Amino acid sequence: MKLIIKTVAKPGSTNVNKTGAWRSFMPVFDHKLCSKCGICDVYCPEGIVSRLDNGYYEPDYEYCKGCGICANECPKKAIVMVLEGK
Amino acid sequence: MRKSMFVVEGSYAVAHAVKVCKPNVISAYPITPQTHIVEDLAQFHADGEMNCEYINVESEFSAISALIGASAAGARTYSSTTSQGLALMHEALFNASGMRLPIVMTVVNRALSAPINIWNDQQDSISQRDTGWIQLYAEDVQESADMTPQLYKLAEDEDVLLPAMACMDGFILSHVYEPVILLEKDITDEFLPSYDPEFVLDTKNPMSFGAFADPSTYTEFRYKQEKAMGVALEKIEQIANEFKDIYGRYYGGLIDGYVLDDAEIVIMAMGSVIGTIKDTIDELRTEGESVGLLKVRSFRPFPKDAIRKALKNAKVVITLDKNISVGKNEGALCTEVKACLYNTDNRVPVIGFMLGHGGRDIPMHMIKKIVNKAKLVEKGIFIESEFADLREDLA
Amino acid sequence: MSLLKPGHRGCAGCGDALAGKFVLDALGEDVIVISPTGCLEVFTTPYPESAWGVPWIHSLFENAAAVASGVEAALKSLGKKDKTKIVAIGGDGATLDIGLQAISGAFERGHDFTYICVDNEAYMNTGIQRSSATPLYANTTTSPPGKMSSGNPLYKKNMPAIIAAHGSPYVATASIGYAPDLKKKVKKAAEIKGPTYVHVHAPCATGWKIDSSKTIEVGRLAVETALWPLYEMENGEITSVRKIKNRKPVEEYLKLQGRFKHLFTMKGENPHIKKIQEIADRNAKQFGLE
Repeated sequence: MKLIIKTVAKPGSTNVNKTGAWRSFMPVFDHKLCSKCGICDVYCPEGIVSRLDNGYYEPDYEYCKGCGICANECPKKAIVMVLEGK
Repeated sequence: MRKSMFVVEGSYAVAHAVKVCKPNVISAYPITPQTHIVEDLAQFHADGEMNCEYINVESEFSAISALIGASAAGARTYSSTTSQGLALMHEALFNASGMRLPIVMTVVNRALSAPINIWNDQQDSISQRDTGWIQLYAEDVQESADMTPQLYKLAEDEDVLLPAMACMDGFILSHVYEPVILLEKDITDEFLPSYDPEFVLDTKNPMSFGAFADPSTYTEFRYKQEKAMGVALEKIEQIANEFKDIYGRYYGGLIDGYVLDDAEIVIMAMGSVIGTIKDTIDELRTEGESVGLLKVRSFRPFPKDAIRKALKNAKVVITLDKNISVGKNEGALCTEVKACLYNTDNRVPVIGFMLGHGGRDIPMHMIKKIVNKAKLVEKGIFIESEFADLREDLA
Repeated sequence: MSLLKPGHRGCAGCGDALAGKFVLDALGEDVIVISPTGCLEVFTTPYPESAWGVPWIHSLFENAAAVASGVEAALKSLGKKDKTKIVAIGGDGATLDIGLQAISGAFERGHDFTYICVDNEAYMNTGIQRSSATPLYANTTTSPPGKMSSGNPLYKKNMPAIIAAHGSPYVATASIGYAPDLKKKVKKAAEIKGPTYVHVHAPCATGWKIDSSKTIEVGRLAVETALWPLYEMENGEITSVRKIKNRKPVEEYLKLQGRFKHLFTMKGENPHIKKIQEIADRNAKQFGLE
């Protein structure tokens, strides 16, 4: 790594840090209940819930910290938090 | 080359030098005795003579902070302050240097409170010596002015990229009227290239400035600052010579000598007292004394090697300090000169004298008294360091 | 994809990260962000990484508004200040406390920039110490409840009013619980010329001792109880307020948070909750929220 002397860092470069490893509970998205409103995307603090081509949403588990906001905010209760490793 | 010499106030000469360096952003807060510089700049700006933004900030802390933002955005920046104002900037001085922002600032040296005192000594800038700023000390008004473009050139050098202080003694230089050659606009253009940094705050290349460094990288940022100071050591000399080639004026690079080569007693000092010392030496020489002067122009970076070389033949070294590290009973120059000789074979005695605090005058007879005291070393009486100009009735 | 990239070290359920994301959503790529020291700064930029997809600078804790002044002046002087927005995003400590002087200076001078305060009501980065934004009776590590204390004894400082008194053309309050409203206000603030201000209420799961999934829910409750009224002020006049249907009692907001837990363990009639309810009632009346 070459040190840029001006304490300067490259944009968006935290993506090397896979925060998915922090997770205890994992959000599981149930497309059958989903109304495609996108609230889960809006209120994700990591900005890692994306809209799929079919209009449904999925989180990027590489970064999802499992905070559970998406599940708490989902008006259709289409997201459940499941203990990791179960 | 046309020389335009005018009798102007020291502050005006500096303001004029700043003007021809064409800074993009000036940000300053008024404090005696810096005020005339920023007033003159405000007038240039008001008269449309400067194409820059002039920010009247609400404190010195914001003055330097605004320049940190401006410099990171790619601007050439200028401020001036002194004493309490410089102390208020302290935290941000480290920040500017750590972020490698080549801000240039004139420090109009003044004493620190308490007791509050508006007159000259050098406690203010000396107290900032570890902040990572280049510090040059000017001997007279002409040097104070000419130092400005020299410091921009140095600070903005891509292998240096460190902020720089041009230190000039308050009132003694800032408020004195002297004949000065004012730099002309086009002349400065050929000496000082435009500032074109590799990284700036730019929406087309969105870099992040001022990241958080943990123990795995912090040390290397410090190391690189130190390396840059090492580069500055060479460039100060180089730039002083370049300036001399174009304008014919030279004040020394890192150091300068005055009848130094054969001198047995060497007086070391920084700033406006140099002139007084030169006159005193002239008299002492006619009286047969072997006295010379070693002017220290660059205090940061500290010119260790140059000083070692210059003191090769000295029998006694006298350091004059307009500052004190309370609790050490020494001024900074004394401490540093001793330290730089310690790992050499040169065991010349170094005697520290502190004087001129809070604006107390330093007359020629004071310098003579100091030289006589230092000579006592030959008789085996060694003074380590002391106040030279104490009023016995108050002490 | 958000311009605030993942991989940052914000806690799970972080309100600051949401605020940062919403601000960038609202402003797009043509913005320079200035951050004072604080959680958002630290967790987004561990060298050599940065979560920011826009140019960003951090200098010190107390000088973001002054740094922003300098960035604005530089862009003007270099002829680059056409459409580029300049936005400072600071926490409540950096804004209401240590950075207040620099903010006052920058607003008085009239720089064209937007200051966004992300208010999580304590010094979270250093471990949940009280700031002047900490609400009455909140438990922080420097305002703990005890035999002689019911938590923070002081009222929250009214920062939007202080900024409005500087003659700012646009001052607004927002909440991370209302993302579209927040984004609309940030966009509007940035588009108005001169120094503008958006004060964003942002619950901190760690500091408020709430479950990480409740950040948004608690944020909404602050608004629904009238403890955090949402309004806009243009040139010193209130021009819009978000009305509340069926205002909820403050208990509903307080009981979800560990920082107010001590208020619910007292025996008999609770004068503290009553006092907090009075704040909400006053807000409802002052801003005509109902």
